[in-house]
Formats: sequence, structure tokens, C-alpha cells
Amino acid sequence: MKPAKFDYYCPKTVDEALSLLEEIGFDGKIIAGGQSLVPIMNMRLATPECLIDINQLNDLQFIELDGSKMKIGALTRQAEIEMSDAVRKHLGLLSEAVPYIGHVQTRNRGTFGGSLVHADPSAEIPLSLMTLGGTLHIASKDEVREVNVEDFFVTYLTTDIMPNELLTEIHIPLPEGRVGYSFHEISRRHGDFALVAAACQLSIDSQDRISKVRLVLGGVDAVPLLITEASELMEGEYLSASLLNKIADIVDEVVNPESDLHATADYRRHLAKKLAVRTVKTAYERARGENNECS
Amino acid sequence: MSVHEIEVTINGKKYREQVESRMLLSDFLRETCGLTGTHVGCEHGVCGACTIHLNGSAVRSCLIFAIQVDGQEITTVEGLTKDGELTLLQRNFIECHGLQCGFCTPGILMSTTDYLQKNPNPTLQEIKEMLSGHLCRCTGYEGIIKAIQKTIDESNLNYEAERR
Repeated sequence: MKPAKFDYYCPKTVDEALSLLEEIGFDGKIIAGGQSLVPIMNMRLATPECLIDINQLNDLQFIELDGSKMKIGALTRQAEIEMSDAVRKHLGLLSEAVPYIGHVQTRNRGTFGGSLVHADPSAEIPLSLMTLGGTLHIASKDEVREVNVEDFFVTYLTTDIMPNELLTEIHIPLPEGRVGYSFHEISRRHGDFALVAAACQLSIDSQDRISKVRLVLGGVDAVPLLITEASELMEGEYLSASLLNKIADIVDEVVNPESDLHATADYRRHLAKKLAVRTVKTAYERARGENNECS
Repeated sequence: MSVHEIEVTINGKKYREQVESRMLLSDFLRETCGLTGTHVGCEHGVCGACTIHLNGSAVRSCLIFAIQVDGQEITTVEGLTKDGELTLLQRNFIECHGLQCGFCTPGILMSTTDYLQKNPNPTLQEIKEMLSGHLCRCTGYEGIIKAIQKTIDESNLNYEAERR
């Protein structure tokens, strides 16, 4: 299968890219790693008039600690995140989630920003960022604006980003104190799209009470689903079997999965409950220093 | 803007060619450069047959446009041998029956070569995960895994020998 014709531009600087985007507008499409875009172009599901290749924008390729946050450039390859010691040390959830993306051969090319703007509802990076919190820096010719991750994902494959805009960098707060995290995913085969994925990061106080928690599910709705009801329930509490049961009940109520060839909605709902409980439990154990095994 | 001239170094040799922007790198390698060792299977990044090294990292050549590699460095399966000698991994593929029809073999050789350079001592599970990026429909992967494990063992022996 071969892609349709398109015009190709390869800007050397961010400014040049932004001017091109302004000029080309709706006819243009940015290509970074291309690991999602090129397959759909090869199948002619997408036929952009122009491609703007941002692979030369080396300024957008970095992982940087800055005080209480980590800054990651949009063009940073997924494999670089996977291998980064700084990410492993400070944002362990991301190190745990990234190896689930496709295969090592695709992660060598696929980018952090590309996965976010593509916004596949079962993808690992959008799910992880929703769990970690943070802001996306989006540039156009006239301004740079910051969007909270909670406001970024609109619906399936749609984000709060306009045709004349470019995602440049992502800022993620470093978790503090006694923190635990966990990422789990069920797919038909390693590297396939997740049927359901779940991520949790939480902090506990000196008495082991949960002080802050974010639980997010992927593959069960149009966007990564932050289960705020579960956070409200857990905050200030010790983790117990009855609390975990209540979380499963909440998940059962709020998820909205669809059936497809690979799994029925009921099966996805079942997985969502199981994975939610599993990630919360593992995150809590890790925060208490009981479970440092990667699972 | 849809036809461009590019210059690429492939297996140490420079190629200067005209390409249409929509030409996939896999087609460029095979049809324009005549390097047919890179195989084309699914053309959407699943089967791994077209895997090559771009600036030293294993990537799918069916998910990159030829125009995107202007000025860059590529190695294909033809570039693995040194002075006509097969690499240890290639020899072990023969030895352990790591191939039958051979269609998936070039891609697997490229991925594994890159992977072992970055992770010289992977576990069986890690080898399997790396191989999950490739579809082989003949061997059930057993021979391939044996060939990779044998290569790891022998390289580590060589490494040990060098240290002594």
C-alpha cells in the first residue's frame, strides 16, 4: 500500500516550522516519528496535502530536570525515555509504561509528543501523562500557551491543538514524599494495542494514609479517563480490601467501553475493574516500600 | 515541491538520487538502489521485514519516507558482513536453523544486531519481547531464539577472553 502524493517541507528551526504552519493551515500535517501517521497514509486513510517534517528541530529533543519538574521535548524518542536514568529515578511510572508501546523498533523512531497529539485512547503516553499531571506547551507564530493535561484530550484522536500550532515541550511535576506508582496493561500480544490499561500514582503520609492519588484508565472511553471519584474516596484513608471493592464499583459505573473484534465491552469493563484494583494496590505497597518489583 | 534530490550514505556508499516525496524508504532501497535484501511485508509497521538501521538504530523503513533520510546514514542487511565474512549472528542463524523461507530474516538480523549492541546480555524474556516486533511464520521462533542465545554466549566468551 502506498501513500497519496503530498508536498514536503523540512524546516530547520521552530520559528520556520511555525511560519510554515501558519501559511499552510488545514492542508498541512506535522510528521515526527511517523509511527502512527505513515501507516494510515499507506492505507490512504489519511491523505494530507503537505507534510511538515519536524525531525530536524533538535531543540525539541531533550529530557531535562528543572527544580521540581521534568521537562521533556516533544521530539524526544520513546526509546530515549525508556532508557533515561533521570526518568527512571523521578518519573518511574513513565519508565514502566513506555516498554508497552509497540516494539523496540518503533520506539526508536516514535516520539513522546507524537503519541500525545495523536491521542489514541488506548495509548500509554497519554495515559501516563494524565496520571502524572503536567502541562503541554503549545506554540504558534504569535504565542506560546500552556494547557493542563486534563484539558488537552478532547475525544478520539482529537486534542486541544490547532492546525497552526505545534506541541513543543511537556512539563511534568516530580512527585514528592512517600510515593508509589504502577502501570498495567492487557493486550492480546506484547506490543499490540491495549485492550485496557491502567495507571496509578499516589502519595502516603507518615501514618500510611493516602494523601494524594490519581487513577487513570485507558481503552475504556474516548480519552484517558481520570477516575476523580476514586481519588475523593481514597484521600485521607488507609488502603483496605473494602476500599478496593468500592474502587471497583466506581470503575464499573464510570467506564464506557466499546465492543470490537478483539474484546466485548463487558470484558473491557471486567478488565478495567481488575486493573484499577491491581494498580492501586501495587502503588500503595510500593509507597510503603513493600513492593519494589517491576510487575 | 514533490520531487526532491537526496544524498544518503548506505552501507558506506553515497547515493545521490531523485525521489518523489511519497516514496517509502523501503521502496527507495529496493527499487532505486537495488538493495533487495530489505524485504517489504505489511507496509504498516507490524511485520518488521523492512527493518534497517538509521543512524545506528533499528527502525521500520516502510514507515519513513526516503526524502526524510537526506544526509543521513543507513545500514541494510547487505551492510552487515565485513569483508565478505558473515557476522557471528548470521552464522548462528545458519547453524541453529534460525530460518526457513528467509523472508523475515533480514529484518530480524537488523533488529537483533542493534539490540545486542545496546543490551549485550538480555534475558530470554527480553529477547522474546524484542522479537515480538517481527513476524516469522515458519520456525515458531525456536531456532531464531537459539541463534540469538548462542551469539550472546559466544560474544560473552570472547569478551571474557579479551579481558583475560
